[in-house]
Amino acid sequence: MSPVRRFLSTPEAVAGTILLTALIAMALSASLLFPGDPQAIAGPALLPPFQDWSLPLGTDRLGRDVLAELFHGARTSLAVGLAAAAAALAVGSVVGTLAGFAGGLVDEVLMRITDAFQTVPSFLLALAFVSVVGPSLGIVVIAIALGTWTGPARVARAEVLSIRERDYVASARAIGMHPLAIAFREVLPNALPPVLAMSSVIVAAAILTEAALSFLGLGDPNRVTWGGMIAEGRAVLRTAPFLSIVPGIALVLTVLGVYLAGEGIVETTAVRRGLS
Amino acid sequence: MTRALILLRRRLVGSIFVLLIVVIGTFLLLEAAPGDAVDAYIVSTGGDAGMIELLRHRWGLDQSELTRLANYLWALLHLDLGQSVTFSRPIRDVILERLPNTLLLMVSATALSFGLGSALGIYAGARPGSVRDRFLSIGSLALYAVPGFWLGLVLIVVFAVDLRWLPIGGIETLASDKTGLDRATDIAIHLVLPVSALGFIYLALYLRMMRAGMAEVWRQDFVLAARAKGLSRRRIVLAHVARNALLPLVTMLGLQSAQMLGGSVVIESVFSVPGLGRLAQEAVAARDTPLLLGIILTSAVLVIVINLLVDIAYAFLDPRVGAGEAGA
Repeated sequence: MSPVRRFLSTPEAVAGTILLTALIAMALSASLLFPGDPQAIAGPALLPPFQDWSLPLGTDRLGRDVLAELFHGARTSLAVGLAAAAAALAVGSVVGTLAGFAGGLVDEVLMRITDAFQTVPSFLLALAFVSVVGPSLGIVVIAIALGTWTGPARVARAEVLSIRERDYVASARAIGMHPLAIAFREVLPNALPPVLAMSSVIVAAAILTEAALSFLGLGDPNRVTWGGMIAEGRAVLRTAPFLSIVPGIALVLTVLGVYLAGEGIVETTAVRRGLS
Repeated sequence: MTRALILLRRRLVGSIFVLLIVVIGTFLLLEAAPGDAVDAYIVSTGGDAGMIELLRHRWGLDQSELTRLANYLWALLHLDLGQSVTFSRPIRDVILERLPNTLLLMVSATALSFGLGSALGIYAGARPGSVRDRFLSIGSLALYAVPGFWLGLVLIVVFAVDLRWLPIGGIETLASDKTGLDRATDIAIHLVLPVSALGFIYLALYLRMMRAGMAEVWRQDFVLAARAKGLSRRRIVLAHVARNALLPLVTMLGLQSAQMLGGSVVIESVFSVPGLGRLAQEAVAARDTPLLLGIILTSAVLVIVINLLVDIAYAFLDPRVGAGEAGA
């Protein structure tokens, strides 16, 4: 069986793929289907859903089109989630490789710094960072990555510790390769699989953290975010709860899609390596 | 006992280094913020340039960064976190006033998630692959995808706004001068929704870990031996499989404490619980950086203490853990 067909043989992976495809389609088509500013006023305020078919999901407190906001929010969620996870995985694997390969004092110092980052609640750190530097999309990405690189770093280090004693590393040393070249060209690529297996959990956590930050008003003010929409709707929670509930459902489906697809990928690769 | 003491000492020495990194790192990060405590103070009270100069001098803000870091560390040794601008009170007092609410929230949420999560995990893992196992597995995955703050809002809509069973927020009824048991009941009623919102996500985590752990244990030889001895299935599940799968969950308790503390920031804001998390948000809104620094340090100490307790508990629960291994 081809890897793709094996991947699609579990119902979880199929459901995850459908959810993620829908999300990506939403993010990509946002400017096509809803050109113009999604934060512009589109109709009367607080129009309930399914009343006016030009505004299918109704409008919020300021008369903005909820469906347009939802589509543009998908874009922010996905962009921040993927960028923060990529940054965390990159920093984590570099730090983990350096610590594991160098050993000694370098290892000790890097691991104590990792400990320090794991001791401060990552959400509190993100909150402090964004409030110091000011909210923008790039800063939110860095703030989330600050709290998530430690997991990949630990996994990469553990993997590197077992790899660095292998024969091919010894022969790379014997032919006089520079230690950094050995670390990043020979060891790091082989240490990556277990690190990458964490990526779905990290993307999901990054999406949830972004939502929580923008819920507290620390997202990029110039972009629509699902967390920001939920916070907006909170002011009219008694009269129009759907304004908070709809973007939350989008958030749940997105994170669920990421988890399911991730589990499918891990299972597929485990079968390939004969572990299952 | 001596083993636990050796472990404790090793951990304490390591923790001091980690705390020092946290203090210096956070201090420098917050130093980089535009504007200082005097700016924040002047915005709220008004004052001229002379007043600004005077305040900067009095609060030691005209000194170099290194001097101030040294002063801060020196004050920290005396458990002095400085003065809060927004509250005009010592930061230590403000934090100590809010800390019990957060601890209450965290301990209750942990009890809920760990207790119910491991119980449901045992129920699912007792019959791997059965209908209830698959149902709980998918259900917990869905629950794990729910953002806590949104779950909190949904709970408010259902139980506080529609059904009117539970209060919408706060930690207790204001100005009710209840005492003793009445007050405790009042607080418990107020905590039902925030504890559920915070705890349900971790419930899913513990359920999944328990289930996965049991699946591993089922394959081991001693389970086969227990079966060969003719033990009842119930006894095998509880005394052998679940018991051995429970240990990793205890470790997770410590690892999750930092996450849960972070999660309580948002939950406290949703339910207006006057705790440490809400204080952090207030500090951010008021640009009160010394207060934020104090909160981050307090959280770090809290996380270290919780992990220390978990390690000690672990050493007692699992006789295989020597002090040497546990320190690694």
